[in-house]
Amino acid sequence: MAPKRSKRAFRYLSLMALAVGLLVSGCGQQYVLLHPAGPVAASELGLIYISGAAMLFMVLLVWVLFGIVIVRFRDKPGNKAPYRPLWDHNRKLELFWLALSFLIVIIISVPTVQKTYALDKIPSGTDPIVIDVTSLDYKWLFEYPQQHIATVNYIDIPSGVPVLFELTANSPMNTFWVPQLGGMEYTMPGEVLPLWLEASHPGVYWGRSGQFSGSGFVHMTFNVKAVPMAQFQQWVQTVRQTASPMTLADYHQLLQHNWISPRSYSSYPASTFPNTTHGFTLEGGMYMQMKNMYMNMPSN
Amino acid sequence: MSSLLAQLFPPETTRGMELSADVLIVLTSAAIIYVLTRYHKWGHLWREWLTTVDHKKIGIMYLIAAITMLFRGGVDALLMRGQLAVPNNHFLGPLHYDEIFTTHGTIMIFFMSMPFIFAMFNLAIPLMIGARDVAFPRLNAISFWLFAFAAFMFNISFVVGGSPNAGWTSYPPLTELAFNPGVGQNYYLLAIQISGIGSIATGVNFLVTILKMRAPGMTLMRMPMFVWTSLVTSALILFAFPPLTVALAMTMLDRLFGTDFFTITHGGMPMMYVNLFWLFGHPEVYILILPSFGIFSEVVATFSRKRLFGYSTMVWSVITITLLSYGTWVHHFFTMGAGPGVNVFFGISTMLIAIPTGIKIFNWIFTMWGGRVRTPVAMLWALAFIPTFVVGGATGVMLGAVVGDYQFHNSYFLIAHFHNVLIGGTVFGLLAGMYYWWPKTFGFKLDERQGRWFFWLFFIGFWITFMPQYALGFMGMTRRMYTYTTGYGWSLPNLVSTIGAFMMGAGFVVFVYSIVYSYKHGERDLTGDPWDGRTLEWSLPSPPPAYNFARIPVVSDRDAWWEMKQHNQTNVVQLNPNDIQPIEMPKSSSIPFLMGLAFFVGGIGMVFEWWWVAILGALGVVALLIIGSFDYNDHEEIHAETIRHTEASLGRLQG
Ligand SMILES: [Cu+2]
Ligand SMILES: [Cu+2]
Repeated sequence: MAPKRSKRAFRYLSLMALAVGLLVSGCGQQYVLLHPAGPVAASELGLIYISGAAMLFMVLLVWVLFGIVIVRFRDKPGNKAPYRPLWDHNRKLELFWLALSFLIVIIISVPTVQKTYALDKIPSGTDPIVIDVTSLDYKWLFEYPQQHIATVNYIDIPSGVPVLFELTANSPMNTFWVPQLGGMEYTMPGEVLPLWLEASHPGVYWGRSGQFSGSGFVHMTFNVKAVPMAQFQQWVQTVRQTASPMTLADYHQLLQHNWISPRSYSSYPASTFPNTTHGFTLEGGMYMQMKNMYMNMPSN
Repeated sequence: MSSLLAQLFPPETTRGMELSADVLIVLTSAAIIYVLTRYHKWGHLWREWLTTVDHKKIGIMYLIAAITMLFRGGVDALLMRGQLAVPNNHFLGPLHYDEIFTTHGTIMIFFMSMPFIFAMFNLAIPLMIGARDVAFPRLNAISFWLFAFAAFMFNISFVVGGSPNAGWTSYPPLTELAFNPGVGQNYYLLAIQISGIGSIATGVNFLVTILKMRAPGMTLMRMPMFVWTSLVTSALILFAFPPLTVALAMTMLDRLFGTDFFTITHGGMPMMYVNLFWLFGHPEVYILILPSFGIFSEVVATFSRKRLFGYSTMVWSVITITLLSYGTWVHHFFTMGAGPGVNVFFGISTMLIAIPTGIKIFNWIFTMWGGRVRTPVAMLWALAFIPTFVVGGATGVMLGAVVGDYQFHNSYFLIAHFHNVLIGGTVFGLLAGMYYWWPKTFGFKLDERQGRWFFWLFFIGFWITFMPQYALGFMGMTRRMYTYTTGYGWSLPNLVSTIGAFMMGAGFVVFVYSIVYSYKHGERDLTGDPWDGRTLEWSLPSPPPAYNFARIPVVSDRDAWWEMKQHNQTNVVQLNPNDIQPIEMPKSSSIPFLMGLAFFVGGIGMVFEWWWVAILGALGVVALLIIGSFDYNDHEEIHAETIRHTEASLGRLQG
């Protein structure tokens, strides 16, 4: 009975391994996290690899030990493995895996600390492009305070230049996420949170909300089109000349609970983005430091 | 009248599926009422179950409720997986899907796992520590009825008034009236609040029971591991639930009384809710997993015929986990801009908590090392846990590494991770415990062959369901999406995941069948010690008599019963008739049930803002509190002769 059963189990397991293998081997462009298109996403993927490798080691160690134990100490007649019912502790062994676990944690912690601090700063050198992002029900409003234009549900950015997103919400919370450019950050009413991303090469990268905000949340997707700087400037000019301006009435239209296709505005009313917030005011706190240190904002 | 009907049955409760649920509920209730009346069982039900304060019966009721809720939460899961099986599916609309993932999460955490854990507490702990009941038996019954009525209330939202739809975490401002009119969210707030009162009381109860009611000789370091993990779980409950109570109460004030704690206007601060919620939520994770850790320790030692390896290390790691678990809550929102200092602190604390957990896994493996490993179904669940849970733990560390979390947050990687630990840890553990203590509780074993079918279907189904979800995380699929389009590569992994989910569902069907089958044909446990157990509960007959121990045993070592068996101390099970003394036992009471009912009435009143109903319920609660405090007639004595008679009929009396 027992060997037959384990054979059947083995067959199931190999089927399962096959299924998992098929999933993983289709490692195309669709695994967006594995195909970063900018320094932030690349740095994050680096840590995912480090922590993944360290954890894979621990998992395999446990699996191997576990496999040995259940084969060797099965309760079957004629099992010659030693039976020691009173053996219940061994300081050295326990210290060994305590030390091993600590070591693994250190291996992951060091790069975690480095990268967390590093990603909090926009690399010095180039001035970032600033985009003010407001999540609405169920759409994304993007305002370019330097270029004075606005878009809905799509953005163009210059490639090779860091982009500082200032995130807020005039709706329930969402997260702003462009997987190939880097990890997400919340948009919350009453707060403005900073996030910088950069596209190394021209290309179109999809983004979406990662935080459920109601029945239309699924449709909160947008494309980020990275283009060379000259082309970006040209696009700004085109929007300024061809699109219509956003009035306050237009903004209130946007607040309605619906979802709409991408559009552009040649200008927008200044009052649509908060200039006072709770924890992170525009005039102080961590958020401001970041802005002051790495960019020269036209004071307005 | 018609406006009342419109309030009770708004459009979202009159969709086909809800209507059929309505019909089903009405039919089932009618059938139950018919059977009870036909066989004159109302009195029996009232006397033996609804008014009982016996921890064993309360445990059984918790267990039944938990399995029922596992069914409801599981059906929700299958509906979701059905919807996501193929892209652009129209099986469920967005509104419907939102309600279903909300009830799935809420039920699985608050109304399935929690009562399942309390079932294990009630069924095992007094027996394991050599006690006759818990410290506060009536409070124990109150806890149960608060939970039961809250669960009932939460479940009727599906058909009366409308379901909550903002996820089990229910972040404001989505839960505020501006974005979420209707009563669904009120149901969420009040049902969890009411069952939360019960949970806190259970925490107090078992904390005191374990600290004060152990048999003589059972020092702290001689307690079975499950008792240890239950002790710290109780402490965790006591300190973790209050922030949740506050968060829910503030949301309720916003919704019912127009305050602005978490609204989008008037300076509301939704993020404060997130902090409060996870200040509860992270310790809650350990409330859910630690009892299972205890169960694994018992089961692995028993079925390896060996002492638990590294007992004192296990105790210290449990205590360390408890303390650390209050210092990690921010890892649920690294992406809310707390800054690198805060994020790094909580990232490292999260990784540190993996150390004691990892140590425990090695200790279980070495418990088997040098043992003789038998594999009845109870042990299969424990064995399945080790290789499964390490994967969940490993992905947890990957999520805890702050920068990785920026990419994983709210993605299917996270979904896969927490199902990996909650199913691979909590649920496997509770199922192991259930199979392990089933013969003790009911006097018969669950069928082993069917149990193996259940196990393999569920275990393999689990892997097929959740491994593709890790892949989906890497493909950028986020949680709570009711549909997706082609072009992202999400179709195949979703389809595979759905197939796995239905395998798990098939396993559950086998399990339910197995309960019915075993009830009729299962092997009866006449020895009281079917597994060759190690702890005191196995020294009792199955099921144990109402008073558990005719004579309280004296404990001289860890694994007390095993030691007694080694030293042939049969006088524990072969009592001298002259040693038997009369026993004081708590008396049944109708107050706990009525208390649950009063909370239910008050809760429903608040859900619908029918204030006179709410006041009626509140008055009921106060009246019952007063009546209960002056009820001194709450004990009764069982005569020595009755006990002698019972013990003799169980074959436990000398001569
Ligand atoms: Cu789930
Ligand atoms: Cu947590």
